[in-house]
Amino acid sequence: MSNLEKYNAAFVEAFEIREDQLAGLKYQDITAWDSVGHMTLIASLEEAFDIMMDTDDIIDFNSYEKGKEILSKEEYGVDF
Amino acid sequence: MTFEEILPIPPFAMKQEDKEVLVTERLSELTELHRENCPEYQRILDAMRYKGGASSYKDMPFLPVRLFKELNLKSVSKENVVKTMTSSGTTGQVVSRIYLDRITSANQQKAMVKIVSDFTGSSRMPMIIIDSPEVVKDRRVFSARGAGILGFSVFGAKRIYALDENMKLDVEELKDFLGKYHGQRILLFGFTFMIWQHFYKELRRLEVEGISFDLSNGILIHGGGWKKLISEAISKEEFYARLRDVCGLQHIHDYYGMVEQTGCIYMECECGHLHASIFSDVIMRRPIDFSECEIGESGIIQVVSTIPESYPGHSLLTEDKGVVCGVDDCPCGRKGKYFKITGRLKSAEIRGCSDTYADRFKG
Repeated sequence: MSNLEKYNAAFVEAFEIREDQLAGLKYQDITAWDSVGHMTLIASLEEAFDIMMDTDDIIDFNSYEKGKEILSKEEYGVDF
Repeated sequence: MTFEEILPIPPFAMKQEDKEVLVTERLSELTELHRENCPEYQRILDAMRYKGGASSYKDMPFLPVRLFKELNLKSVSKENVVKTMTSSGTTGQVVSRIYLDRITSANQQKAMVKIVSDFTGSSRMPMIIIDSPEVVKDRRVFSARGAGILGFSVFGAKRIYALDENMKLDVEELKDFLGKYHGQRILLFGFTFMIWQHFYKELRRLEVEGISFDLSNGILIHGGGWKKLISEAISKEEFYARLRDVCGLQHIHDYYGMVEQTGCIYMECECGHLHASIFSDVIMRRPIDFSECEIGESGIIQVVSTIPESYPGHSLLTEDKGVVCGVDDCPCGRKGKYFKITGRLKSAEIRGCSDTYADRFKG
C-alpha cells in the first residue's frame, strides 16, 4: 500500500466515510471527526506509519490537507 | 488582539504586571465582541451601565457562573455551534450549557496543552484514565467529566480506561498495560473522588490478596473537587501519602478548572500551589462589596479567560473560595499569581466532576 493509500484508509476507517469525501475535509465538518474521532484517527495514523506525533502536531492537524503537510515533516518522514 | 497572538507566549514566564496589560486588552475586546453578538449579554451590560473602557480587567463586569444554567448564552449562531458542554451536576440539578464554535473549541485544547506541558513535558506517555469509557460515549453533548478526559487524552500515546462500566478496576488489563510499558513514564488521569473510591481503595484491598502495582514512574493529574474527601477527613497531604504508600506514586498534581472556562486550567506545582497561566487569571473578591482581596485574604474566586469567543464566559464569578498566596515569586519558578482553594460558598450547589459523583455515596 502506498503512503497515500494508508493515509486515506485511516480516515475512511476512523470516520466511516468514502474516499471521495476526503478532499477539503476539515475537523468538525462531519460528526465523526470530533475530538473523540480525532484521537482515533491519530492512533491509527501512528500505527500505520509507526510514528509518534507531538502534542502540538495533533492539535494543529485540523484538515485532511494539513495532516499530509504535518506527516511530511522531517521528523515523521512520510512522503506522499 | 487575537488569541493566536497570546498562544506562543510561554504560559508561566511573564510577570504579573506585563500579563495584566495583555489580559486587559484581550478581555476588553471580548467584552465588546459579546456585547455585539449576544443580546442577553448586551442587556446585562446596559443594566450595569457598563460602557467599556475599563483600564484593567479587574474593573470589567463579571457574570455569576449560575447564569449559564438559567440562560442559553451564546455569541454565535446555532449553525456554528460544534459542541455543547454541560457542567457536572448531582441528580436533579440544572446543568450549565456552554456552546462552542470551532475556534473556541480548538483554542481551549491548545491552551490546555501549553499549560499541562509545562508540568509534564511535551512528550506523550502511555496513559491510564482512571474512569469508565462510558463517560465519553455520548459524543454530541459532553459532560465536564468527558471533556476533562478527552482534553488530557492528547498526552496519552497509548490509552486505557482502568475502570469498567460499573466503575470497577480492571485488574488484568492494568497488569498487562503496566507490563507492556514497564520502565516508561506513565501518565495517570482521573477525578479526585473516583481515584479515591475506585482506585486507591481497590488497590488497598488487592494488597491483602498479594496483588500490587508499581507506579513509581507515574505522574498523576487529578481534579474535580475535594469535598467528599474532606468529609471523610482525608487531607490532600494524606491522600498523596496514601497513594505513594500503596503504589509508589510520587508525582501528583491537582488542578482547578470548570466547564465554563474549559482549557484554562490551574495546575498545582511541586510546592502545592495552583498557578494561573498567561491565558487566564483569578481575582479573589470580598463577599461584602466585591472589592479585591489582599494577598493572603480568602475571598470569592473570579476567573477570567482570554479564550471564550462563542459564549460570554470570559469573566465569571464562581461559587468557590480561594486565597492568593503570592505573585511572581513561587519557589517553583513560575510567574504570575499562585493560589489555593479554601472551600465553597455556603448554600452553593455541589459542583465538580468529583464532588457531584461523590454525592451518590452519601449516607
